[in-house]
Amino acid sequence: MQNMFLLTFPSEESGQSVTYDLIKMFDLKINILRASIESDAKGFLLIDIVGSLDRIDEVTAFLEANHVSATRITAAIQIDEDSCVDCGACTAVCKAGALYMDKDWSLQFDNEGCLDCKVCIEACPVRAISAVF
Amino acid sequence: MVTKTYEEINTRIKNGEAVVVTAEEILGIIDEIGIEEATRKVDVVTTATFGPMCSSGAFLNFGHSSPPIRMEHVMLNQVEAYAGLAAVDAYIGATQESVDRGYEYGGAHVICDLIDGKQVHLKARAKGTDCYPRKEIDTYITKDDINEAYIYNPRNCYQNYNAAINTSGKRLYTYMGVLSANQGNVTYSTSGELSPLLNDPLYRTIGIGTRIFLGGAIGYVSWMGTQFKSGAPRGENDVPLTPAGTLALSGDLKAMSTKYIKPAVFEHYGTSMFVGVGIPIPVLDEDIMRHLSIRNSDITTNVIDYSDPNHGSIKTVTYAELRSGTVDIDGKKIKTSSLSSLKKAREIAAELKSWILKGEFMIQEPVHQFEEGNTLKGLKDVKKEVK
Repeated sequence: MQNMFLLTFPSEESGQSVTYDLIKMFDLKINILRASIESDAKGFLLIDIVGSLDRIDEVTAFLEANHVSATRITAAIQIDEDSCVDCGACTAVCKAGALYMDKDWSLQFDNEGCLDCKVCIEACPVRAISAVF
Repeated sequence: MVTKTYEEINTRIKNGEAVVVTAEEILGIIDEIGIEEATRKVDVVTTATFGPMCSSGAFLNFGHSSPPIRMEHVMLNQVEAYAGLAAVDAYIGATQESVDRGYEYGGAHVICDLIDGKQVHLKARAKGTDCYPRKEIDTYITKDDINEAYIYNPRNCYQNYNAAINTSGKRLYTYMGVLSANQGNVTYSTSGELSPLLNDPLYRTIGIGTRIFLGGAIGYVSWMGTQFKSGAPRGENDVPLTPAGTLALSGDLKAMSTKYIKPAVFEHYGTSMFVGVGIPIPVLDEDIMRHLSIRNSDITTNVIDYSDPNHGSIKTVTYAELRSGTVDIDGKKIKTSSLSSLKKAREIAAELKSWILKGEFMIQEPVHQFEEGNTLKGLKDVKKEVK
């Protein structure tokens, strides 16, 4: 399973070499899955930490000291259960079968199976699905 | 043959003695005690559906301002409402898109914002007349500030609708949802054995005047629905094999709940509306019970190729196959997905059942029954006016 974290940089920190520091200081193997800078110069970095998370508390403390917030990500999408009507339209496009109807015809989401294609977001007629990153 | 009248059934409802079950629950009862005994025992069976239906909208009367205006062009939250009616009457159609947000916010959203009690921005223009001198108004309304607000859906509750597939190499965005390329999926929209007109296939108890559950409030069948095709071919169980009957429905918007009526958005297609409908079927005799015994395995529909401009059928399948999760097409298992919510339909059938059990909802005999053998006309492309 992936250990995904979404790092959010305030605009004044966007130039910092945080990834390099994390690798160097904590001996982490990091895969950068996605990176972007918004028009207001706020930065986002989606990373996957390969291997042990033993020192994760130290890592987040280091990031926070540098004004970078780290959020553990368990899925590429999130479903607003209050909006969802359990119609099933999203399951039609979910090739991975991560979105499926259970025996009571309620929508279920298996985040481990999600391939992050995000086609479900546009397929949802009540716009209950949004991208986490 | 066991028979009952509307009066007998309503007396039992009033006295709190009526036996009411849903169209799914009746199947187990019939298995256990048979058609005849079930007819004796059960008084009313509730049916329901919760699916996207584009042919929806609402009539509104805004009340007169001072000085008064004869509204000719009406915008509600930047969505145009049809105002070619009397001075302050308008019809807001569910699929009308807003000028600022396109189909992400349309008429269905305006209707549901009104139901939720939210303020809606009303802007109207007029040329001004001697009796209605005002030329424009810019104000905010809620459902409590205006006179009438009632849903009027020209078409709902399609009696058997097609399933959809796409044989082309390109993904299609349709009102039947996103259809993956190369027969990647099949979508369908039905509550099947729980669906109103599949349980009363010959319209014996569902006609003009039938009292129903509409969007969480009491509503009525007001007319035959548009594209009403009672003459569609039927199986031995009287259930149509292709799209057939439809219903025009109306009900008080002010009493509705967005738990049972919701805006829908279909990517690259437009705005639509999920409409929750529940219809009670009084068990008048064994023939009605026989029709109520319909199961998903007894109902068939056609899988239509939406990449074919003529919408040709590529296979006939049963609703049980569609509900199983896959259908076999050309030796391949193709994933099936619903667009209407069976879970919501079940909630509605249960809610309507509880209204009847509490004695709050009486069964209304139709004042007029739909005609049989009705056929549909296509639109001819006529090049010249006939003088």
